[in-house]
Amino acid sequence: MLHIINKSPYERPALDSALKTGEGAILLIEDGVYAAVKGGAAEAKIKAAQGKFKVYALQADLEARGMIDRVTEGVTVVDYGGFVDLVAEYKTNQSWL
Amino acid sequence: MKFAILVNEGPSTHKASDTAYQFAKAALAKGHEIFRVFFYHDGVNNATRLTTPPQDDRHIVNRWSKLAEEHKLDMVVCVAAAQRRGIVDEGEMKRNGKDATNLAPGFRISGLGQLIEAGIQADRLVVFGD
Repeated sequence: MLHIINKSPYERPALDSALKTGEGAILLIEDGVYAAVKGGAAEAKIKAAQGKFKVYALQADLEARGMIDRVTEGVTVVDYGGFVDLVAEYKTNQSWL
Repeated sequence: MKFAILVNEGPSTHKASDTAYQFAKAALAKGHEIFRVFFYHDGVNNATRLTTPPQDDRHIVNRWSKLAEEHKLDMVVCVAAAQRRGIVDEGEMKRNGKDATNLAPGFRISGLGQLIEAGIQADRLVVFGD
Protein backbone atom coordinates (compact mmCIF):
# COMPACT_ATOMS: atom_id res chain seq x y z
CA MET A 1 0.00 0.00 0.00
CA LEU A 2 1.01 3.58 -0.66
CA HIS A 3 0.65 5.69 2.49
CA ILE A 4 0.18 9.40 1.75
CA ILE A 5 1.07 11.70 4.65
CA ASN A 6 0.18 15.40 4.38
CA LYS A 7 0.67 16.55 7.97
CA SER A 8 3.85 17.28 9.93
CA PRO A 9 4.95 14.53 12.35
CA TYR A 10 5.19 17.32 14.94
CA GLU A 11 1.50 18.14 14.53
CA ARG A 12 -0.38 14.89 13.95
CA PRO A 13 0.24 11.15 14.37
CA ALA A 14 -0.39 10.36 10.66
CA LEU A 15 3.17 9.12 10.04
CA ASP A 16 3.07 6.92 13.15
CA SER A 17 -0.27 5.46 12.05
CA ALA A 18 1.16 4.58 8.64
CA LEU A 19 4.31 3.05 10.14
CA LYS A 20 2.21 0.78 12.35
CA THR A 21 0.87 -1.00 9.25
CA GLY A 22 4.30 -2.55 8.86
CA GLU A 23 5.16 -2.24 5.17
CA GLY A 24 4.67 -0.51 1.83
CA ALA A 25 5.66 2.92 0.60
CA ILE A 26 5.34 6.28 2.31
CA LEU A 27 4.87 9.46 0.32
CA LEU A 28 5.36 12.68 2.28
CA ILE A 29 3.49 15.67 0.85
CA GLU A 30 2.52 19.18 2.02
CA ASP A 31 3.56 19.63 5.72
CA GLY A 32 4.29 15.88 5.80
CA VAL A 33 7.67 16.63 4.20
CA TYR A 34 8.91 17.96 7.57
CA ALA A 35 9.45 14.29 8.48
CA ALA A 36 12.12 14.08 5.76
CA VAL A 37 14.36 16.84 7.11
CA LYS A 38 17.87 15.75 8.01
CA GLY A 39 18.60 16.39 11.68
CA GLY A 40 14.93 16.63 12.65
CA ALA A 41 13.48 14.67 15.55
CA ALA A 42 11.57 12.49 13.06
CA GLU A 43 14.75 11.48 11.21
CA ALA A 44 15.24 8.42 13.44
CA LYS A 45 11.70 7.23 12.63
CA ILE A 46 12.30 7.59 8.89
CA LYS A 47 15.68 5.81 9.12
CA ALA A 48 14.18 2.96 11.16
CA ALA A 49 11.30 2.61 8.69
CA GLN A 50 13.53 2.34 5.64
CA GLY A 51 13.98 -1.43 5.94
CA LYS A 52 10.25 -2.02 5.61
CA PHE A 53 9.06 1.07 3.74
CA LYS A 54 10.25 2.91 0.68
CA VAL A 55 10.10 6.58 1.59
CA TYR A 56 9.34 9.34 -0.91
CA ALA A 57 8.86 13.11 -0.52
CA LEU A 58 7.26 15.59 -2.91
CA GLN A 59 9.75 17.97 -4.48
CA ALA A 60 7.46 21.03 -4.76
CA ASP A 61 6.59 20.87 -1.05
CA LEU A 62 10.25 20.48 0.00
CA GLU A 63 11.15 23.47 -2.19
CA ALA A 64 8.28 25.59 -0.84
CA ARG A 65 9.62 25.03 2.68
CA GLY A 66 13.29 25.63 1.78
CA MET A 67 14.27 22.06 2.59
CA ILE A 68 15.16 20.55 -0.76
CA ASP A 69 18.89 20.48 0.19
CA ARG A 70 18.27 19.03 3.66
CA VAL A 71 16.58 15.72 2.86
CA THR A 72 17.42 12.65 4.97
CA GLU A 73 19.48 10.04 3.12
CA GLY A 74 17.47 7.25 1.57
CA VAL A 75 14.40 9.42 0.95
CA THR A 76 13.59 9.63 -2.76
CA VAL A 77 12.42 13.02 -4.02
CA VAL A 78 9.62 12.86 -6.62
CA ASP A 79 7.70 15.46 -8.64
CA TYR A 80 3.92 15.39 -9.27
CA GLY A 81 4.48 12.96 -12.16
CA GLY A 82 6.32 10.69 -9.71
CA PHE A 83 3.35 11.00 -7.34
CA VAL A 84 1.06 9.79 -10.14
CA ASP A 85 3.44 6.90 -10.91
CA LEU A 86 3.42 5.80 -7.25
CA VAL A 87 -0.38 5.79 -7.10
CA ALA A 88 -0.44 3.71 -10.29
CA GLU A 89 2.27 1.34 -9.01
CA TYR A 90 0.54 0.49 -5.72
CA LYS A 91 -2.86 -1.18 -5.98
CA THR A 92 -4.14 0.63 -2.89
CA ASN A 93 -3.40 4.00 -1.30
CA GLN A 94 -4.39 5.65 1.96
CA SER A 95 -4.28 9.36 2.77
CA TRP A 96 -3.78 9.31 6.55
CA LEU A 97 -5.45 11.93 8.72
CA MET B 1 -5.19 4.08 -15.94
CA LYS B 2 -8.45 5.58 -14.63
CA PHE B 3 -8.12 7.88 -11.59
CA ALA B 4 -10.78 9.37 -9.34
CA ILE B 5 -9.94 12.30 -7.07
CA LEU B 6 -11.65 13.30 -3.83
CA VAL B 7 -11.06 16.84 -2.52
CA ASN B 8 -12.12 17.34 1.12
CA GLU B 9 -10.58 20.74 1.80
CA GLY B 10 -11.34 24.31 0.71
CA PRO B 11 -8.95 26.35 -1.44
CA SER B 12 -7.91 28.61 1.47
CA THR B 13 -7.35 26.09 4.24
CA HIS B 14 -4.07 24.27 3.66
CA LYS B 15 -2.65 23.07 0.36
CA ALA B 16 -4.76 20.03 -0.48
CA SER B 17 -6.69 21.73 -3.26
CA ASP B 18 -3.42 22.75 -4.93
CA THR B 19 -1.99 19.26 -4.55
CA ALA B 20 -5.14 17.68 -6.01
CA TYR B 21 -5.03 20.06 -8.98
CA GLN B 22 -1.32 19.44 -9.64
CA PHE B 23 -1.90 15.69 -9.31
CA ALA B 24 -4.78 15.81 -11.82
CA LYS B 25 -2.69 17.85 -14.23
CA ALA B 26 0.29 15.47 -13.97
CA ALA B 27 -1.95 12.41 -14.42
CA LEU B 28 -3.53 13.90 -17.57
CA ALA B 29 -0.07 14.83 -18.90
CA LYS B 30 0.96 11.20 -18.53
CA GLY B 31 -2.04 10.07 -20.59
CA HIS B 32 -4.15 8.79 -17.70
CA GLU B 33 -7.89 9.36 -17.51
CA ILE B 34 -9.60 11.26 -14.68
CA PHE B 35 -12.96 9.54 -14.24
CA ARG B 36 -14.26 12.17 -11.84
CA VAL B 37 -13.18 14.81 -9.31
CA PHE B 38 -15.53 14.81 -6.32
CA PHE B 39 -15.66 17.78 -3.93
CA TYR B 40 -16.87 16.94 -0.44
CA HIS B 41 -16.99 18.65 2.97
CA ASP B 42 -15.18 22.05 2.81
CA GLY B 43 -13.92 20.93 -0.61
CA VAL B 44 -17.15 22.32 -2.10
CA ASN B 45 -15.69 25.79 -1.54
CA ASN B 46 -13.53 25.11 -4.60
CA ALA B 47 -16.69 25.55 -6.69
CA THR B 48 -17.85 29.13 -6.05
CA ARG B 49 -17.33 31.45 -9.01
CA LEU B 50 -17.53 34.48 -6.67
CA THR B 51 -14.04 33.79 -5.32
CA THR B 52 -11.75 36.80 -5.81
CA PRO B 53 -8.16 36.14 -4.72
CA PRO B 54 -5.55 38.95 -4.98
CA GLN B 55 -4.39 39.49 -8.58
CA ASP B 56 -0.89 38.14 -7.98
CA ASP B 57 -2.24 34.93 -6.41
CA ARG B 58 -3.34 31.78 -8.22
CA HIS B 59 -7.09 31.56 -8.86
CA ILE B 60 -7.88 28.08 -7.64
CA VAL B 61 -11.54 28.02 -8.74
CA ASN B 62 -10.85 29.33 -12.26
CA ARG B 63 -7.95 26.91 -12.56
CA TRP B 64 -10.27 23.94 -11.89
CA SER B 65 -12.83 25.32 -14.36
CA LYS B 66 -10.15 25.69 -17.04
CA LEU B 67 -8.79 22.19 -16.48
CA ALA B 68 -12.34 20.80 -16.71
CA GLU B 69 -12.96 22.63 -19.96
CA GLU B 70 -9.66 21.54 -21.51
CA HIS B 71 -10.00 17.89 -20.57
CA LYS B 72 -13.78 17.46 -20.33
CA LEU B 73 -13.46 16.59 -16.64
CA ASP B 74 -16.50 15.57 -14.62
CA MET B 75 -16.29 17.72 -11.46
CA VAL B 76 -19.03 16.91 -8.96
CA VAL B 77 -19.92 18.86 -5.83
CA CYS B 78 -21.72 17.07 -2.97
CA VAL B 79 -25.23 18.51 -2.70
CA ALA B 80 -25.58 18.35 1.11
CA ALA B 81 -22.12 19.85 1.69
CA ALA B 82 -22.93 22.54 -0.92
CA GLN B 83 -26.25 23.49 0.69
CA ARG B 84 -24.58 23.93 4.08
CA ARG B 85 -21.93 26.22 2.62
CA GLY B 86 -24.08 28.21 0.19
CA ILE B 87 -22.87 26.73 -3.09
CA VAL B 88 -25.90 27.06 -5.37
CA ASP B 89 -26.77 26.18 -8.97
CA GLU B 90 -29.95 27.00 -10.92
CA GLY B 91 -31.84 23.94 -9.66
CA GLU B 92 -30.87 24.44 -6.03
CA MET B 93 -31.76 28.14 -6.25
CA LYS B 94 -35.32 27.33 -7.33
CA ARG B 95 -35.71 24.38 -4.97
CA ASN B 96 -34.56 26.30 -1.89
CA GLY B 97 -36.01 29.71 -2.78
CA LYS B 98 -32.65 31.49 -3.09
CA ASP B 99 -32.09 34.66 -5.13
CA ALA B 100 -28.74 33.81 -6.77
CA THR B 101 -26.44 31.11 -8.05
CA ASN B 102 -22.67 30.87 -7.64
CA LEU B 103 -21.58 27.49 -9.02
CA ALA B 104 -18.47 27.96 -11.17
CA PRO B 105 -18.35 26.68 -14.77
CA GLY B 106 -17.35 23.04 -15.16
CA PHE B 107 -18.83 21.94 -11.81
CA ARG B 108 -22.15 20.18 -11.24
CA ILE B 109 -24.03 19.48 -8.01
CA SER B 110 -24.99 15.88 -7.31
CA GLY B 111 -25.11 13.25 -4.60
CA LEU B 112 -22.70 11.02 -2.72
CA GLY B 113 -23.57 8.13 -5.04
CA GLN B 114 -21.30 9.83 -7.57
CA LEU B 115 -18.36 9.33 -5.21
CA ILE B 116 -19.21 5.67 -4.67
CA GLU B 117 -19.52 5.16 -8.42
CA ALA B 118 -16.15 6.85 -8.96
CA GLY B 119 -14.60 4.52 -6.38
CA ILE B 120 -15.99 1.51 -8.22
CA GLN B 121 -15.30 2.63 -11.79
CA ALA B 122 -11.81 4.08 -11.34
CA ASP B 123 -8.65 1.98 -10.93
CA ARG B 124 -7.45 4.32 -8.18
CA LEU B 125 -9.17 6.77 -5.85
CA VAL B 126 -6.87 9.37 -4.29
CA VAL B 127 -8.00 11.49 -1.34
CA PHE B 128 -6.75 15.04 -0.74
CA GLY B 129 -7.34 17.12 2.37
CA ASP B 130 -7.98 16.78 6.06
